[in-house]
Amino acid sequence: MESLSNRSKVVSNKEMTFLERIYLPAVLSGIAITIKHLFRRKATVSYPEVKREFSKIWRGHHVLKRDDKGAERCTACGLCAVACPAEAITMTAAERKKGEENLYREEKYASVYEINMLRCIFCGLCEEACPKEAIFLTDRLVYTDFARDGFIYGKDKLVEKVDERIDVTVRQTPAVLEFKKHKQLSHNK
Amino acid sequence: MAKVTIDGIEIEVPDGTSILNAARMIGGDVVPPAMCYYSTLKETGGKCRVCLVKVTQGSAKDPRPMPKLVASCRTNVMDGMVVQNITSPEVLEARKGVVEFLLINHPLDCPICDQAGECDLQNLAYEHGAAKTRYEEDRRTFEKIDIGDKIKLHMNRCILCYRCTFVADQLTNNRVHGVLNRGDHSEISTYIEKAVDNDFSGNMIDVCPVGALTDKTFRFKQRVWFTNPMDAHRDCPKCSGKVVLWMKGEEVLRVTARKDQYAEVKEYICNECRYDHKDITHWKVEGPRHIDRGSVISQNHYERIDLQKLKKEVERQLEFQKGKPLPEPNSLNA
Repeated sequence: MESLSNRSKVVSNKEMTFLERIYLPAVLSGIAITIKHLFRRKATVSYPEVKREFSKIWRGHHVLKRDDKGAERCTACGLCAVACPAEAITMTAAERKKGEENLYREEKYASVYEINMLRCIFCGLCEEACPKEAIFLTDRLVYTDFARDGFIYGKDKLVEKVDERIDVTVRQTPAVLEFKKHKQLSHNK
Repeated sequence: MAKVTIDGIEIEVPDGTSILNAARMIGGDVVPPAMCYYSTLKETGGKCRVCLVKVTQGSAKDPRPMPKLVASCRTNVMDGMVVQNITSPEVLEARKGVVEFLLINHPLDCPICDQAGECDLQNLAYEHGAAKTRYEEDRRTFEKIDIGDKIKLHMNRCILCYRCTFVADQLTNNRVHGVLNRGDHSEISTYIEKAVDNDFSGNMIDVCPVGALTDKTFRFKQRVWFTNPMDAHRDCPKCSGKVVLWMKGEEVLRVTARKDQYAEVKEYICNECRYDHKDITHWKVEGPRHIDRGSVISQNHYERIDLQKLKKEVERQLEFQKGKPLPEPNSLNA
């Protein structure tokens, strides 16, 4: 049958010539390639000392954002979990009690929010689905571990610290940034 | 009998049928949406205005068109009437405006609302509304009210369809809640938070097209699209006992009445079935509930397809489509 890709080669079993039989030219050309590579730029970096530059919109370790006043933005609406193609996200919702207004932005919040980093494929659909600008992917790495349990990240690892805010403005589309400028709209109050 | 033509499809219906019900007999896309009309409650309709249609010919005897768009749930058919619904750009434009009006005071807190995913207003806005709001002023706000110990009233979300007061009026023998004040200030009230303690009061949760009345026993428990709806029944001395169990694993999170394709309950259930039997052993499970493919609830939802029923529905639709031009196939050069 005719090849579709045109990349197949017909194997021939022809007799080798004298030069081919002594193998020396082939060995020498191999050594030449090796020596050439000694003077090339290295493809690797020695990691902890040298770090590679990440793309601005690198998709790594998630963050659950807080708003300007430090209240958690997530309302456990479940849209990230329904959008997640790997089904990595689970959550349990709870009702905000009186006096917790500074902790949670809306009357419902996620009491448990877990992402299984072994399931996560870092596609970013969760941040696209989020109606509250609560979840974003950041340029932080998910560290390795020996046990599986350690890869289920709860709110302790996901929610940003009040004093260590993570800037995600580069990840927001121009339309969103423009929309947020209009302070008189009830959405931004 | 009266012969009526809706969007070019002719049907013969009994005298006194409303245009909306005639359209429902045809089925499919020509059915106008309805937010306040409820087939199993008397005298509902005429309030939300989303079912507006254009009557281009009043009747065979008087073929003049009606001067304005009419509410199809409250207008009865006449012999020879010609109605335009989705074929009239005027109707679609008006409907878009009505949706915008309904959303003016709606808080749009769908991420919090328990109704999200099965909300009529959400579907309506998605299909007929505009993507952006033009409203910049403050929305009206109310405090949340507990109606009895099982129902939560979020007045902010209410669109004043009056369905719940008709439930209280017609299903229960002494009405304890109604609508107070007028216009923009209207609100559902229980006359100073008097508990609604009737056996069928829970049905106002099911008839509410938005998330204004929600089940407190299900409050924030689970998003509806992560639950599995199952048809089930039990012997109940008060009601038919035919319900839908909304389950997560073996756990019954919520019990509701069965809704038809227009999200209307045909057989109301009692409060005992709704609130007190959240145990799978109390029920005889019939099988997975049919969920529309377009609904978000259908994700991860498996059910057996009734091929006989599907074939019948396709044939019924083809009957109505007969003689209509087929849509042009997409051209390859375009």
